[in-house]
Amino acid sequence: MKYWRVPLDLDEVQVTRGVVHIIEDRCKGCGYCIEYCSRGVLEFSKEFNKNGYHPPRVKAEDCLNCHYCELLCPEFAIFSTELVAETAV
Amino acid sequence: MGKPALKEVIPESHPHPLEDLVRMDRIPHIWCSGCGTGSIFTACLTAMKNTGIDYNDFAMVSGIGCSGRGAGYINIDSFHTTHGRAIPFATGIKMAKPETNVIVFSGDGDLFAIGGNHFIHAARRNMDITVICVNNFIYGMTGGQAAATTPHNARSSTTMGGNPESPFNLPLLAYAAGATYVARWTMLHSRDLTDSIEEAINHKGFSFIEALSPCPINYGRRNKEKPLDSLKLYHDRTIIKNNADPGELAIDFRKKVILGKFVDVEKPCHDEEYGRMYLGETNE
Repeated sequence: MKYWRVPLDLDEVQVTRGVVHIIEDRCKGCGYCIEYCSRGVLEFSKEFNKNGYHPPRVKAEDCLNCHYCELLCPEFAIFSTELVAETAV
Repeated sequence: MGKPALKEVIPESHPHPLEDLVRMDRIPHIWCSGCGTGSIFTACLTAMKNTGIDYNDFAMVSGIGCSGRGAGYINIDSFHTTHGRAIPFATGIKMAKPETNVIVFSGDGDLFAIGGNHFIHAARRNMDITVICVNNFIYGMTGGQAAATTPHNARSSTTMGGNPESPFNLPLLAYAAGATYVARWTMLHSRDLTDSIEEAINHKGFSFIEALSPCPINYGRRNKEKPLDSLKLYHDRTIIKNNADPGELAIDFRKKVILGKFVDVEKPCHDEEYGRMYLGETNE
Protein backbone atom coordinates (compact mmCIF):
# COMPACT_ATOMS: atom_id res chain seq x y z
CA MET A 1 0.00 0.00 0.00
CA LYS A 2 1.27 3.49 -0.85
CA TYR A 3 0.91 6.01 1.91
CA TRP A 4 0.66 9.75 1.46
CA ARG A 5 2.68 10.07 4.65
CA VAL A 6 4.22 7.10 6.45
CA PRO A 7 2.46 6.49 9.81
CA LEU A 8 4.84 6.52 12.78
CA ASP A 9 3.60 3.18 14.10
CA LEU A 10 3.63 1.43 10.73
CA ASP A 11 5.87 -1.35 12.04
CA GLU A 12 3.61 -2.18 14.95
CA VAL A 13 0.19 -2.04 13.27
CA GLN A 14 -0.99 -5.45 12.15
CA VAL A 15 -3.27 -5.08 9.12
CA THR A 16 -5.89 -7.81 8.77
CA ARG A 17 -5.02 -10.15 5.94
CA GLY A 18 -7.25 -12.67 4.27
CA VAL A 19 -7.23 -15.53 1.81
CA VAL A 20 -9.82 -15.73 -0.97
CA HIS A 21 -11.38 -19.13 -1.59
CA ILE A 22 -13.13 -19.64 -4.92
CA ILE A 23 -15.46 -22.57 -5.57
CA GLU A 24 -14.91 -22.50 -9.31
CA ASP A 25 -17.63 -24.86 -10.48
CA ARG A 26 -20.40 -22.76 -8.90
CA CYS A 27 -19.34 -19.55 -10.66
CA LYS A 28 -21.49 -18.13 -13.47
CA GLY A 29 -18.93 -15.58 -14.54
CA CYS A 30 -20.82 -12.34 -13.79
CA GLY A 31 -17.57 -10.63 -12.82
CA TYR A 32 -19.05 -8.63 -9.93
CA CYS A 33 -16.38 -9.74 -7.46
CA ILE A 34 -13.64 -8.81 -9.94
CA GLU A 35 -15.10 -5.37 -10.65
CA TYR A 36 -15.97 -4.44 -7.09
CA CYS A 37 -13.07 -5.88 -5.07
CA SER A 38 -11.71 -2.77 -3.38
CA ARG A 39 -8.16 -4.17 -3.52
CA GLY A 40 -8.29 -5.44 -7.10
CA VAL A 41 -7.30 -8.91 -5.97
CA LEU A 42 -9.17 -10.88 -8.65
CA GLU A 43 -9.17 -11.30 -12.41
CA PHE A 44 -10.87 -13.60 -14.92
CA SER A 45 -9.01 -16.85 -15.37
CA LYS A 46 -8.28 -18.20 -18.84
CA GLU A 47 -9.69 -21.64 -17.99
CA PHE A 48 -13.34 -22.65 -18.15
CA ASN A 49 -15.24 -24.26 -15.29
CA LYS A 50 -17.55 -27.24 -15.83
CA ASN A 51 -20.43 -24.95 -16.91
CA GLY A 52 -18.31 -23.09 -19.46
CA TYR A 53 -17.80 -19.86 -17.55
CA HIS A 54 -14.53 -18.14 -16.73
CA PRO A 55 -14.30 -18.09 -12.92
CA PRO A 56 -12.19 -15.47 -11.15
CA ARG A 57 -8.71 -16.23 -9.95
CA VAL A 58 -6.49 -14.52 -7.42
CA LYS A 59 -3.92 -12.32 -9.12
CA ALA A 60 -2.46 -10.54 -6.07
CA GLU A 61 -2.21 -11.71 -2.46
CA ASP A 62 -3.60 -8.42 -1.22
CA CYS A 63 -6.91 -9.45 0.39
CA LEU A 64 -7.95 -7.58 3.54
CA ASN A 65 -10.70 -10.05 4.48
CA CYS A 66 -13.49 -7.46 4.07
CA HIS A 67 -15.96 -10.19 2.95
CA TYR A 68 -17.50 -7.91 0.30
CA CYS A 69 -17.05 -10.48 -2.49
CA GLU A 70 -18.70 -13.05 -0.23
CA LEU A 71 -21.72 -10.76 0.25
CA LEU A 72 -21.95 -9.68 -3.38
CA CYS A 73 -21.55 -13.08 -5.05
CA PRO A 74 -24.98 -14.37 -6.15
CA GLU A 75 -23.73 -17.95 -6.36
CA PHE A 76 -22.20 -18.70 -2.92
CA ALA A 77 -19.00 -19.31 -4.87
CA ILE A 78 -16.45 -17.08 -3.15
CA PHE A 79 -15.50 -16.37 0.44
CA SER A 80 -12.51 -15.27 2.42
CA THR A 81 -10.91 -16.39 5.66
CA GLU A 82 -8.62 -14.48 7.94
CA LEU A 83 -4.88 -14.90 8.28
CA VAL A 84 -3.84 -14.45 11.90
CA ALA A 85 -0.38 -14.01 13.34
CA GLU A 86 0.99 -17.35 14.50
CA THR A 87 2.30 -15.82 17.72
CA ALA A 88 -1.18 -14.58 18.65
CA VAL A 89 -2.65 -18.10 18.70
CA MET B 1 11.09 -4.75 13.33
CA GLY B 2 9.73 -7.94 11.84
CA LYS B 3 6.09 -8.89 11.83
CA PRO B 4 5.03 -12.37 12.97
CA ALA B 5 4.25 -14.93 10.29
CA LEU B 6 0.60 -15.31 9.30
CA LYS B 7 -1.43 -18.48 9.47
CA GLU B 8 -4.75 -19.18 7.80
CA VAL B 9 -7.81 -19.70 9.98
CA ILE B 10 -10.18 -22.09 8.25
CA PRO B 11 -13.81 -22.10 9.43
CA GLU B 12 -14.53 -25.36 11.28
CA SER B 13 -16.68 -27.51 9.05
CA HIS B 14 -18.44 -25.46 6.38
CA PRO B 15 -16.68 -24.69 3.13
CA HIS B 16 -18.85 -21.59 2.55
CA PRO B 17 -20.15 -19.75 5.64
CA LEU B 18 -23.78 -19.84 4.44
CA GLU B 19 -23.95 -23.51 3.50
CA ASP B 20 -25.87 -24.39 6.67
CA LEU B 21 -28.70 -22.09 5.53
CA VAL B 22 -28.85 -23.12 1.88
CA ARG B 23 -30.16 -26.36 0.40
CA MET B 24 -26.91 -27.17 -1.35
CA ASP B 25 -28.45 -30.00 -3.36
CA ARG B 26 -30.42 -27.31 -5.25
CA ILE B 27 -27.34 -25.23 -6.10
CA PRO B 28 -26.57 -23.96 -8.77
CA HIS B 29 -29.81 -22.00 -8.65
CA ILE B 30 -31.88 -20.86 -11.63
CA TRP B 31 -30.88 -17.19 -11.45
CA CYS B 32 -29.04 -16.02 -14.56
CA SER B 33 -25.47 -14.86 -14.67
CA GLY B 34 -25.51 -11.21 -13.59
CA CYS B 35 -28.88 -11.43 -11.82
CA GLY B 36 -28.91 -9.56 -8.52
CA THR B 37 -31.45 -11.79 -6.79
CA GLY B 38 -28.70 -14.11 -5.56
CA SER B 39 -26.85 -11.19 -3.96
CA ILE B 40 -30.00 -10.01 -2.19
CA PHE B 41 -30.67 -13.59 -1.06
CA THR B 42 -27.11 -13.79 0.30
CA ALA B 43 -27.63 -10.47 2.12
CA CYS B 44 -30.90 -11.82 3.57
CA LEU B 45 -29.27 -15.06 4.77
CA THR B 46 -26.33 -13.16 6.26
CA ALA B 47 -28.72 -10.83 8.08
CA MET B 48 -30.64 -13.82 9.46
CA LYS B 49 -27.36 -15.29 10.66
CA ASN B 50 -26.29 -11.97 12.21
CA THR B 51 -29.47 -11.63 14.28
CA GLY B 52 -28.44 -14.70 16.28
CA ILE B 53 -32.04 -15.91 16.40
CA ASP B 54 -32.53 -19.70 16.28
CA TYR B 55 -33.18 -20.83 12.69
CA ASN B 56 -36.28 -22.72 13.88
CA ASP B 57 -37.88 -19.39 14.77
CA PHE B 58 -37.78 -18.19 11.17
CA ALA B 59 -40.09 -18.87 8.28
CA MET B 60 -39.61 -17.66 4.74
CA VAL B 61 -42.48 -17.22 2.31
CA SER B 62 -42.24 -16.29 -1.32
CA GLY B 63 -44.58 -16.07 -4.25
CA ILE B 64 -44.02 -16.79 -7.92
CA GLY B 65 -41.23 -15.37 -10.02
CA CYS B 66 -37.47 -15.53 -10.17
CA SER B 67 -37.02 -14.24 -6.64
CA GLY B 68 -39.91 -16.46 -5.54
CA ARG B 69 -37.47 -19.36 -5.79
CA GLY B 70 -35.81 -18.03 -2.64
CA ALA B 71 -38.07 -20.09 -0.42
CA GLY B 72 -36.98 -23.23 -2.26
CA TYR B 73 -33.29 -22.62 -1.67
CA ILE B 74 -33.34 -21.87 2.04
CA ASN B 75 -32.79 -24.72 4.48
CA ILE B 76 -35.35 -23.65 7.11
CA ASP B 77 -39.16 -23.66 7.21
CA SER B 78 -40.27 -22.08 3.97
CA PHE B 79 -43.30 -21.79 1.76
CA HIS B 80 -43.44 -21.29 -2.01
CA THR B 81 -46.97 -20.02 -2.51
CA THR B 82 -49.32 -19.15 -5.35
CA HIS B 83 -48.76 -16.03 -7.40
CA GLY B 84 -49.15 -12.83 -5.40
CA ARG B 85 -50.28 -14.59 -2.23
CA ALA B 86 -47.04 -14.62 -0.27
CA ILE B 87 -48.27 -12.02 2.23
CA PRO B 88 -51.58 -13.79 3.06
CA PHE B 89 -49.64 -17.02 3.77
CA ALA B 90 -47.16 -15.06 5.89
CA THR B 91 -50.07 -13.46 7.76
CA GLY B 92 -51.48 -16.91 8.44
CA ILE B 93 -48.16 -18.20 9.78
CA LYS B 94 -47.78 -15.14 11.98
CA MET B 95 -51.29 -15.44 13.43
CA ALA B 96 -50.92 -19.17 14.10
CA LYS B 97 -47.43 -18.85 15.64
CA PRO B 98 -46.87 -15.23 16.68
CA GLU B 99 -43.35 -15.96 17.95
CA THR B 100 -42.12 -16.81 14.42
CA ASN B 101 -40.08 -14.25 12.49
CA VAL B 102 -41.76 -14.36 9.10
CA ILE B 103 -39.81 -13.08 6.11
CA VAL B 104 -41.48 -12.56 2.74
CA PHE B 105 -38.89 -12.71 -0.05
CA SER B 106 -40.50 -11.96 -3.35
CA GLY B 107 -40.43 -9.83 -6.46
CA ASP B 108 -42.04 -6.59 -7.53
CA GLY B 109 -44.53 -8.22 -9.89
CA ASP B 110 -45.64 -10.70 -7.26
CA LEU B 111 -45.92 -8.22 -4.38
CA PHE B 112 -47.20 -5.12 -6.17
CA ALA B 113 -49.02 -6.18 -9.32
CA ILE B 114 -50.96 -9.36 -8.61
CA GLY B 115 -50.48 -9.14 -4.85
CA GLY B 116 -50.84 -5.38 -4.46
CA ASN B 117 -54.00 -5.56 -2.39
CA HIS B 118 -52.48 -7.98 0.09
CA PHE B 119 -49.49 -5.72 0.52
CA ILE B 120 -51.44 -2.58 1.36
CA HIS B 121 -53.73 -4.40 3.76
CA ALA B 122 -50.91 -6.17 5.60
CA ALA B 123 -49.22 -2.76 5.94
CA ARG B 124 -52.46 -1.19 7.15
CA ARG B 125 -52.91 -3.91 9.79
CA ASN B 126 -49.24 -3.59 10.76
CA MET B 127 -48.66 -7.34 10.59
CA ASP B 128 -45.33 -8.13 12.23
CA ILE B 129 -43.63 -9.48 9.08
CA THR B 130 -40.55 -8.46 7.08
CA VAL B 131 -41.14 -7.96 3.37
CA ILE B 132 -38.11 -7.92 1.06
CA CYS B 133 -39.02 -6.88 -2.45
CA VAL B 134 -36.50 -7.70 -5.17
CA ASN B 135 -37.27 -4.96 -7.69
CA ASN B 136 -35.88 -5.76 -11.13
CA PHE B 137 -38.33 -3.46 -12.98
CA ILE B 138 -39.86 -6.25 -15.06
CA TYR B 139 -41.62 -9.63 -15.09
CA GLY B 140 -38.39 -11.57 -15.51
CA MET B 141 -39.48 -15.20 -15.36
CA THR B 142 -42.46 -14.96 -17.71
CA GLY B 143 -40.60 -13.29 -20.55
CA GLY B 144 -40.03 -9.63 -19.82
CA GLN B 145 -43.52 -8.12 -19.84
CA ALA B 146 -44.00 -4.60 -18.47
CA ALA B 147 -44.67 -4.65 -14.73
CA ALA B 148 -46.06 -2.10 -12.31
CA THR B 149 -42.50 -0.95 -11.61
CA THR B 150 -41.17 -0.70 -15.19
CA PRO B 151 -39.78 2.84 -15.60
CA HIS B 152 -41.46 5.27 -17.99
CA ASN B 153 -40.08 4.85 -21.54
CA ALA B 154 -38.33 1.54 -20.76
CA ARG B 155 -38.67 -1.23 -23.35
CA SER B 156 -40.16 -4.59 -22.47
CA SER B 157 -41.66 -7.43 -24.50
CA THR B 158 -45.11 -5.82 -24.23
CA THR B 159 -43.95 -2.22 -24.64
CA MET B 160 -41.52 -2.47 -27.54
CA GLY B 161 -41.62 1.27 -28.23
CA GLY B 162 -41.19 2.32 -24.61
CA ASN B 163 -43.43 2.11 -21.57
CA PRO B 164 -46.18 4.76 -21.69
CA GLU B 165 -47.06 4.23 -18.03
CA SER B 166 -45.46 5.55 -14.88
CA PRO B 167 -44.15 3.12 -12.25
CA PHE B 168 -45.12 2.78 -8.61
CA ASN B 169 -43.08 4.59 -6.01
CA LEU B 170 -42.87 1.58 -3.70
CA PRO B 171 -41.60 3.25 -0.47
CA LEU B 172 -44.32 5.91 -0.80
CA LEU B 173 -46.95 3.20 -1.27
CA ALA B 174 -45.69 1.31 1.79
CA TYR B 175 -45.57 4.51 3.84
CA ALA B 176 -49.04 5.60 2.79
CA ALA B 177 -50.47 2.17 3.59
CA GLY B 178 -49.03 2.34 7.10
CA ALA B 179 -45.75 0.36 7.08
CA THR B 180 -43.69 1.09 10.19
CA TYR B 181 -40.26 0.41 8.64
CA VAL B 182 -39.46 1.39 5.06
CA ALA B 183 -36.03 1.29 3.40
CA ARG B 184 -34.58 1.06 -0.09
CA TRP B 185 -31.15 -0.27 -1.12
CA THR B 186 -29.63 -1.82 -4.20
CA MET B 187 -27.92 -5.20 -4.45
CA LEU B 188 -24.61 -3.34 -4.76
CA HIS B 189 -25.06 -1.75 -1.32
CA SER B 190 -24.80 -5.23 0.21
CA ARG B 191 -23.60 -4.14 3.62
CA ASP B 192 -26.29 -1.50 4.10
CA LEU B 193 -28.86 -3.94 2.78
CA THR B 194 -27.71 -6.64 5.22
CA ASP B 195 -27.78 -4.23 8.17
CA SER B 196 -31.19 -2.98 7.08
CA ILE B 197 -32.64 -6.50 6.82
CA GLU B 198 -31.24 -7.33 10.25
CA GLU B 199 -32.84 -4.18 11.66
CA ALA B 200 -36.12 -5.00 9.92
CA ILE B 201 -36.19 -8.54 11.36
CA ASN B 202 -35.71 -7.09 14.84
CA HIS B 203 -38.28 -4.36 14.19
CA LYS B 204 -41.74 -5.00 15.63
CA GLY B 205 -44.32 -4.28 12.96
CA PHE B 206 -44.59 -4.30 9.18
CA SER B 207 -41.15 -3.78 7.65
CA PHE B 208 -40.65 -3.21 3.96
CA ILE B 209 -37.30 -3.19 2.16
CA GLU B 210 -37.05 -2.54 -1.55
CA ALA B 211 -33.84 -3.92 -3.08
CA LEU B 212 -33.04 -2.89 -6.64
CA SER B 213 -31.55 -5.63 -8.77
CA PRO B 214 -30.44 -5.90 -12.40
CA CYS B 215 -32.24 -8.27 -14.77
CA PRO B 216 -29.66 -8.65 -17.55
CA ILE B 217 -31.70 -10.96 -19.76
CA ASN B 218 -35.22 -9.60 -19.90
CA TYR B 219 -34.70 -5.96 -18.90
CA GLY B 220 -31.05 -5.30 -19.71
CA ARG B 221 -31.01 -6.85 -23.17
CA ARG B 222 -33.96 -4.75 -24.39
CA ASN B 223 -32.71 -1.56 -22.74
CA LYS B 224 -29.06 -1.90 -23.74
CA GLU B 225 -27.91 -2.35 -20.18
CA LYS B 226 -25.27 -4.96 -19.39
CA PRO B 227 -25.19 -6.25 -15.79
CA LEU B 228 -22.09 -4.22 -14.97
CA ASP B 229 -23.74 -1.11 -16.50
CA SER B 230 -26.65 -1.55 -14.08
CA LEU B 231 -24.22 -1.81 -11.18
CA LYS B 232 -22.44 1.30 -12.41
CA LEU B 233 -25.80 3.13 -12.39
CA TYR B 234 -26.37 1.93 -8.81
CA HIS B 235 -22.93 3.20 -7.93
CA ASP B 236 -22.95 6.56 -9.73
CA ARG B 237 -26.57 7.63 -9.78
CA THR B 238 -27.68 6.92 -6.23
CA ILE B 239 -27.44 8.99 -3.09
CA ILE B 240 -28.09 7.88 0.46
CA LYS B 241 -30.52 10.16 2.25
CA ASN B 242 -32.05 8.68 5.39
CA ASN B 243 -35.46 9.99 6.48
CA ALA B 244 -36.08 11.44 3.02
CA ASP B 245 -39.62 12.49 2.16
CA PRO B 246 -41.27 9.35 0.64
CA GLY B 247 -42.91 11.57 -1.98
CA GLU B 248 -39.58 12.29 -3.68
CA LEU B 249 -38.44 8.67 -4.02
CA ALA B 250 -39.56 7.98 -7.59
CA ILE B 251 -36.87 5.99 -9.46
CA ASP B 252 -35.38 7.90 -12.35
CA PHE B 253 -31.77 7.03 -13.18
CA ARG B 254 -31.38 10.22 -15.24
CA LYS B 255 -31.57 12.00 -11.90
CA LYS B 256 -30.30 10.64 -8.59
CA VAL B 257 -32.12 7.73 -7.04
CA ILE B 258 -32.50 8.10 -3.28
CA LEU B 259 -31.59 5.17 -1.03
CA GLY B 260 -31.77 4.84 2.72
CA LYS B 261 -34.08 4.19 5.61
CA PHE B 262 -37.13 6.39 5.28
CA VAL B 263 -39.56 5.32 8.00
CA ASP B 264 -38.90 3.70 11.39
CA VAL B 265 -41.77 4.20 13.83
CA GLU B 266 -43.35 2.14 16.61
CA LYS B 267 -47.01 1.20 16.39
CA PRO B 268 -48.97 -1.63 18.05
CA CYS B 269 -48.90 -4.57 15.66
CA HIS B 270 -51.76 -6.80 14.66
CA ASP B 271 -50.95 -9.98 16.60
CA GLU B 272 -50.53 -7.99 19.84
CA GLU B 273 -53.81 -6.14 19.40
CA TYR B 274 -55.65 -9.30 18.36
CA GLY B 275 -54.28 -11.21 21.34
CA ARG B 276 -55.24 -8.41 23.71
CA MET B 277 -58.77 -7.95 22.41
CA TYR B 278 -59.79 -11.52 21.59
CA LEU B 279 -57.51 -13.95 23.41
CA GLY B 280 -57.23 -12.09 26.70
CA GLU B 281 -53.45 -11.72 26.48
CA THR B 282 -51.87 -8.84 28.32
CA ASN B 283 -49.25 -6.60 26.76
CA GLU B 284 -46.40 -6.66 29.18
